[in-house]
Amino acid sequence: MVAGMTIDTQQPAARTPRTTPMAAPTVTATSAAAAPTLIRLEHINAFYGQKQALFDVNLDIPDNTVTAFIGASGCGKSTLLRCLNRMNDTIPSARVEGAIRMDGTDINSPAIDPVQVRTRIGMVFQKPNPFPMSIYDNIAYGPRTHKLHGSKADLDELVEKSLRRAALWDEVKDRLNKSGLGLSGGQQQRLVIARTLAVSPAVILMDEPCSALDPIATAHIEALIDQLREHTCIVIVTHSMAQAARVSQRTAFFHMGKLIESGPTDQIFTMPKLDQTQDYITGRFG
Amino acid sequence: MSTPATPAIGARKIHPADTTFRLSLHAAGAVVVIVLLSILAIMFMGGKLAFDTFGLGFIWGTEWNPVTQIYGALPAITGTLVTAILALCIAWPIGFGIAFFLTETCPEKLRTPLGVAIELLAAVPSIVYGMWGFFVLAPFMSEYVQPWLTSTFLWIPPIGDSFFWFTAPPIGVGMLTAALILAVMILPFIAATTRDVLLSTPQLLKDGAYAMGATRWEALTGVVIPAVRGSLFGAVFLGLGRALGETMAVVFVIGNAIRMPDSLMAPSATIASVVANNFPEAEPGTLDLAVLLALGFILFVVSFGVLAVARLLLRQERMS
Repeated sequence: MVAGMTIDTQQPAARTPRTTPMAAPTVTATSAAAAPTLIRLEHINAFYGQKQALFDVNLDIPDNTVTAFIGASGCGKSTLLRCLNRMNDTIPSARVEGAIRMDGTDINSPAIDPVQVRTRIGMVFQKPNPFPMSIYDNIAYGPRTHKLHGSKADLDELVEKSLRRAALWDEVKDRLNKSGLGLSGGQQQRLVIARTLAVSPAVILMDEPCSALDPIATAHIEALIDQLREHTCIVIVTHSMAQAARVSQRTAFFHMGKLIESGPTDQIFTMPKLDQTQDYITGRFG
Repeated sequence: MSTPATPAIGARKIHPADTTFRLSLHAAGAVVVIVLLSILAIMFMGGKLAFDTFGLGFIWGTEWNPVTQIYGALPAITGTLVTAILALCIAWPIGFGIAFFLTETCPEKLRTPLGVAIELLAAVPSIVYGMWGFFVLAPFMSEYVQPWLTSTFLWIPPIGDSFFWFTAPPIGVGMLTAALILAVMILPFIAATTRDVLLSTPQLLKDGAYAMGATRWEALTGVVIPAVRGSLFGAVFLGLGRALGETMAVVFVIGNAIRMPDSLMAPSATIASVVANNFPEAEPGTLDLAVLLALGFILFVVSFGVLAVARLLLRQERMS
C-alpha cells in the first residue's frame, strides 16, 4: 500500500463540492513522497482517569516524512503524540488502548519496555528544556545514559555531529562547557533537538516546538525539520496552520479526540474532503 | 464658548487611608528587625563580662569550673556541633529517601496520609521526645547498641589519647543518643522541605529526561537533583539550624557533663543544655550569668549563620 495514495479518513467522503474556491494558505512543501509506513496506529483509545481523550484513531505515519497533527486545543493531538513514545506511562491515571506497530512490534504492548521505546522515538517539547548542565553534557546525556559511546573521542565526535545536524555547532563550538541554560530560546530548542539526535532516534516527536520562539528562531527550527526528514520520521503537533503547511508533507486533523481527516498536506489544505476540515483550516472553526 | 467641566489631572493628592496602610506595613517590618537586633545586643551586653574576663579565649577554653570561676565554651560548642552534625548524618539520607518516595514512587492514595504523618512528627513537643529518649531510647542504647558499637568499631584508632570514637562505658545517655533524638526531630523538616523542592521541579525537565529514555532513577540523579542541588542543601541546613538550638529533648539524654568528650557516646553538653541547666542558679550581675548569656550569644550567631546559608541556598537555583 502506498501511503501517499491512501485516504485515511474516518468518515466517508460525503462532502458536496463547493461552488466557490476557498482561499488556501500558501503551500511550500512538496507532495508527500511515497515513503513506506513506519508506524501504524490501530484503534487507539486513550483515557485520563474516566475521561476519554482519544476515540479509535487509525493512522499510518510514513518514514522520512513530516506528519503534522493539527486541531484545536484539547482535540487529543498532543495525547496521541505522547502515546507514540509511551510518555503517557509517566502519568499514573493515563491509559492507552490499541496497537502502535513499528517494525512489526506493538510498542504499546505492556510487555515492551517504555524506556527502550523512548530511545528509538525522541521527543521535543513546547518549551525548550535543556538540562541544567553544560552544552556538551546535554548532548552527551543520552549516549552516556545508554552507554552508546566508546572512548571520549567517540563521544566528542558524536556531540559535534549531533550539534552540526541541529545547525547549532557554529554558534556553540567555543562554549561547549558553558551551561545550556545560557543560550537563547531558539538555540535551546536546537540544543534539545541535538540532544535527541545524539541517540539516533528513528522518529522525532515535536509538541509545538516553536510555540515559545520568535519568528526568526521558528524559521531556523522549520528549516532544520526539513533537513532532518532525510534520515528520520518526524511527527509535529502545531497550532499554526501556516507552519503545518510549510513543514509537513502529511497532515492529520483532529477534533474532540477523533481523527477527522488525514492525507497529503497540500490536499488537506487545498481540497479537504470534509467541511469540518475546511472550516478549521480557513479559520471558521467553532 | 464653553468647555465641558472635566476633572483636572495634575496635582498630587494625599490619600490618607493608603498612607496609613503603607506606614503600618513599614512598622510591621521594622518590629522584626528591632526585636532581632535588640536580642542580639542585650545578649552581647549581658555576656560582655565573660568576654572581658576571658577575652576571645572564652570561645576555645576547654575548662569549665564554677568553683574556680574559670569558664571556657569549647566543650559546649563541641557538644552542640557534634550532636547536630551526627543528627544530620542520620536524618539526611532517611529524609531524602522519604521525600523521593513521596514524590516519585508512592501510590497516589498514600501520598497525602504519609505527608501528614511526617508533618505530625514535627508537631510532637520536644519534651515528649526528651522523656521518650530518657526512658526508652537510653536504656535500649545502653543495653544493645552501645556494646555492639564498641565491640564492632574497636579497631578504629583513637585520635591522640583523648578521643576513642565508639569506645565508652555503655551508660545510655550521651552525644550519640542525643543525636538520634535530634535526628528524629529534624527528620520531618528535611523530608518536607526536600519533598517541596522536588515537587517544584518543572515537569518539563523530568519529561525531558524520560523522553531521552532515562529511567526514574536516571532522571532523578542525572537531571532533577543537579537542577535543585542548592535547594536540597538548603533543606539540610534548615534541619541543622533546628538541631543546633534544640534544648529540652537534649537536656534529657545528653548526660550534661561539661567537659571535652572522649568518645562519640560520651556524656556531654550543648550550649542550649548548659544554659537551661545553669540558668536558675545564676545570680544577676555575676560572672556565672554573664557566661551563660555569652554562650547564648555564640549560639545565636552560629544558628543565624546556618539559617542565612540555608535561605541563600534555598533561593538559589529555583528553576523558572
